Amino acid sequence: MPDSQLLKTPLCDRHVSMGAKMVPFGGWQMPLEYSGITEEHLAVRHTAGLFDVSHMGEIEIAGSDSFDLVQRLLTNDARRLEVGQAQYSALATAEGTVVDDLLLYRLGDDHFKLVVNAANVGADFSWIQELATDAGDVFVVNTSSRYALIAVQGPLALEIVQPLTEVELASVRYYRFATGEVAGVRATLSRTGYTGEDGFEIFVPPSAAVRLWDALLTAGKSAGLKPCGLGARDTLRLEAAMRLYGQDIDRTTTLLEAGLGWIVGWEKQSFIGQQALVQQREVGVARKLVGLEMVERGIARHGYPVVSGGDQVGVVTSGTRTPSVKKSISLAYVPSDRSALGTEYSVDARGRLLRAKVVSLPFYKR
Amino acid sequence: MYPKDRHYTKDHEWLEVSDASARVGITDYAQQQLGDVVFVELPEVGQVFEQGAQFGSIESVKAVSDLYCPVAGRVVEVNGTLVDHPERVNADPHAAWMIVLELRAPDQMSGLLDAVAYAELVA
Repeated sequence: MPDSQLLKTPLCDRHVSMGAKMVPFGGWQMPLEYSGITEEHLAVRHTAGLFDVSHMGEIEIAGSDSFDLVQRLLTNDARRLEVGQAQYSALATAEGTVVDDLLLYRLGDDHFKLVVNAANVGADFSWIQELATDAGDVFVVNTSSRYALIAVQGPLALEIVQPLTEVELASVRYYRFATGEVAGVRATLSRTGYTGEDGFEIFVPPSAAVRLWDALLTAGKSAGLKPCGLGARDTLRLEAAMRLYGQDIDRTTTLLEAGLGWIVGWEKQSFIGQQALVQQREVGVARKLVGLEMVERGIARHGYPVVSGGDQVGVVTSGTRTPSVKKSISLAYVPSDRSALGTEYSVDARGRLLRAKVVSLPFYKR
Repeated sequence: MYPKDRHYTKDHEWLEVSDASARVGITDYAQQQLGDVVFVELPEVGQVFEQGAQFGSIESVKAVSDLYCPVAGRVVEVNGTLVDHPERVNADPHAAWMIVLELRAPDQMSGLLDAVAYAELVA
């Protein structure tokens, strides 16, 4: 796609003027890095980092039958979800593979917001619309263009954001959200993130994004807040073993293979993919997503074959050498019967066979 | 920015010649494009490479790139410190040499760029 066709977040010009290295991602022009992936990554682990994640999509479902539709569409059980709470969930196919992974926000009893991957907004929206046609009183709206999304992530996130808002942030627990003004901007503050650290994701109108971005940068300066790009976001989420759609999960991988059985509402009445997933749980899956750590010097990357006894038996889905773990780590699909901790494999790194072993996930825990 | 005492390639390597041998590294532009370097794979002493042959690879957090031999030669020295400290390629790319080549075809030097031409290439 030519750069001119790439979508721009409301902060795009800011990133360029602040000297970020820009790259295309999911149809958007996004910052890859500011001061460097390592420095940004460590800022998030030790102080805090500021991310523009406005490329993420938002789809809202409202109406008196919206709860039933959400329960049928998504794998996780929304009965556990109170108003003001967020839940990690997925849209699955009838085969139990992943259409998208997302965060489900319960804005009201009959009002839900799905925050979905940028590259999937169109497909998700069509998928949902189709199923909503005979779902009774429901409205499905793609509200992606109504929100900019700015994330402040890291151990100092709360103390950086608190002076800018009347909302008592300490009372907003993990995976909860609250509404209020931040730096004079009407916002929804969600205690969520994709880094493995504490932090907030802040939804604001696009027209106010630059104002909030600048206010946060100023407020966080003395604490060491650093603007970050997608590069650090990727190394941070990999250490936390959070799956990345399009690499670790997609329409060819089932939730159980990906180790996401914990976002399947097994007690639910009926949802798309249920039959297949229940069967997989009974019979077992042939392959599983595991953590691999390189034993030999070298880096396992997306798409590299996992080899055992001279044959390819699996594939690396994400991998690099990351700043906090300081090892070459990766996520890979391997045969379930050879997925125990300590199991040895080789990774074919462009013709060089490198020894690796299965290790426990996540690679990093705060 | 680009030292005048070097030769440069369009693949963003530099060559610093002294007598019949030359140090080889990657340019500041190359390290900027790569981002944080986390792994450098270098050849063994004694290996011989033709001009343009791959002699190693360099990996950043985001990507892997091949290293190409700017001119034909035999490897007589390898900078082993880069294996343990790959970040030096970012910190000081024009000092972080990777290999020393004993030149096999010094006339190939004429096809390389000087500092001014290289600076224009990456401008």
